[in-house]
Amino acid sequence: MREPPAALAGALQGSATPAVEVLSAHKTYPNGTVALQPVELTVQEGEFVTLLGPSGCGKSTLLKMIAGLLEPTDGRLLLWRKPVAALEESQRKLAFVFQSPTLMPWASVAANVRLPLDLAGVARAEADSRVMDALALVGLAKFASALPRNLSGGMQMRVSIARSLVVQPNLLLMDEPFGALDEITRHKLDADLLALWREKKLTVIFVTHSIHEAVFLSTRVVMMAARPGRITEEVLIDEPYPRSHDFMVTPRFAAYAKRLQDSLLRASHDTDEENRA
Amino acid sequence: MTRVAAFASPRVQRILYPALVAVVLLGSWQALVTGFKLPPYLVPSPLLMFQTLVTDWQSLGGSLLVTLKITLLSFIAATVVGVLISFLFVQSRKIETALFPYAVLLQVTPIVAVAPLIIIWVKDPTASLVMCASLVALFPIISNTTLGLRSIDPDLQSYFAMNRASRLQTLVRLRIPSALPYFFGGLRISSGLALIGAVVAEFVAGTGGAATGLAYQILMAGYQLNIPRMFAALLLISLAGVGLFALMAWLTKLALGSWHASELSRD
Repeated sequence: MREPPAALAGALQGSATPAVEVLSAHKTYPNGTVALQPVELTVQEGEFVTLLGPSGCGKSTLLKMIAGLLEPTDGRLLLWRKPVAALEESQRKLAFVFQSPTLMPWASVAANVRLPLDLAGVARAEADSRVMDALALVGLAKFASALPRNLSGGMQMRVSIARSLVVQPNLLLMDEPFGALDEITRHKLDADLLALWREKKLTVIFVTHSIHEAVFLSTRVVMMAARPGRITEEVLIDEPYPRSHDFMVTPRFAAYAKRLQDSLLRASHDTDEENRA
Repeated sequence: MTRVAAFASPRVQRILYPALVAVVLLGSWQALVTGFKLPPYLVPSPLLMFQTLVTDWQSLGGSLLVTLKITLLSFIAATVVGVLISFLFVQSRKIETALFPYAVLLQVTPIVAVAPLIIIWVKDPTASLVMCASLVALFPIISNTTLGLRSIDPDLQSYFAMNRASRLQTLVRLRIPSALPYFFGGLRISSGLALIGAVVAEFVAGTGGAATGLAYQILMAGYQLNIPRMFAALLLISLAGVGLFALMAWLTKLALGSWHASELSRD
């Protein structure tokens, strides 16, 4: 049932450089809880991959392992064909966007966006110009000196995205970034994210529990199931970009959504059967 | 209508309401003393208290300065030492676990019991008083600042770790700003405690005739049955405490006003 992802994505993007390779990595907590069974996942450069599944399916765990925020219990993780620890600082161009904006409430928007550059010791003048560029990309150039609490939830999320873009990442990891926003704001940010992805030729791994968001955004959807967390299926969304919101009302969109929905139901049914047995 | 609105504004209310309470209290105090013809060596009237404050200002004012000096010195000492200890505590849980009980021990030992020892051991009277008062003011700073330094957004902490921030960077850019609201809470409590510590220590030391702070004035006025003067000194201590609290509130507003929820307007 699982298609060979490397070949697929290579055909899709016309390139075959893997940005991320997860080689039977798994995570078991000391109390015996299996957060994630051994998984295999390859993400090619330039792909937009969505990890889709219910709560507790290990999608955030997988993302955090790729980010280096969590150590896998066993298995290997390669970024650009190298173990994460062996990567030089300059090669380690990844950025992480959390579920909440995760901004420093005491610092201005500009200072928040400048944080990763300050931590890396980038000279002030260069940092400031990069910050303004990043803020312009997310449409917040006018709010550089505002404090986060004076911005709406959607705008705070944009600041968080600007902070991730300012390091000029190759790989963008996003953990349900728009989950707490209202639907209209979310649609707007989804569309803007796609534009950024295309313009900057990013590789994105995006975690969500929204089927519609997954179909709208991704080149490929990785379906996951809970108890224990595992990958069940991968679905290629073979649709051209740019995608507008009109795509969301086409029969093809509905067909993809139905397919993902069925897959999710099947997976949760399987889990229930196993738990009963 | 506008006049009513002016009275209803929270700024005016904040001064007006306590002032009304003061007028009512002082008025009834004055009325009770005059009505029952209470002698001034039992309960002086507020008028007499203010008169004494003016006529004895020469010595009372000097004593106020002495007490304020000891209060401020010990408050600063407690703040510096307290913050340094907190930095030490957050370096590792082991250090905190090992040392925290002793911080508590410091807090629960009554200062009146320790003060005579310190006064014997430390020759310089000012230094001994400052040491006593600092001990009283120290604990809230340690416990609040430690709590604050630990109260950081776990996602932000992950973000710092992911960007390979050094210990120092994390301390300066994340822990210290996160701790500020707690730290200022600690300052408010400690400023009052420093004053109490200064007065208590002076009471213990003052019998030796070394100090001339407000506590000494109260003691002497007690021996001489000069009760109006005792009240005047008491009034000065209370006013000093209120002043310190207001100063801390102002500092907090200055530091946190723009971003922290505790300082946002609640109108």
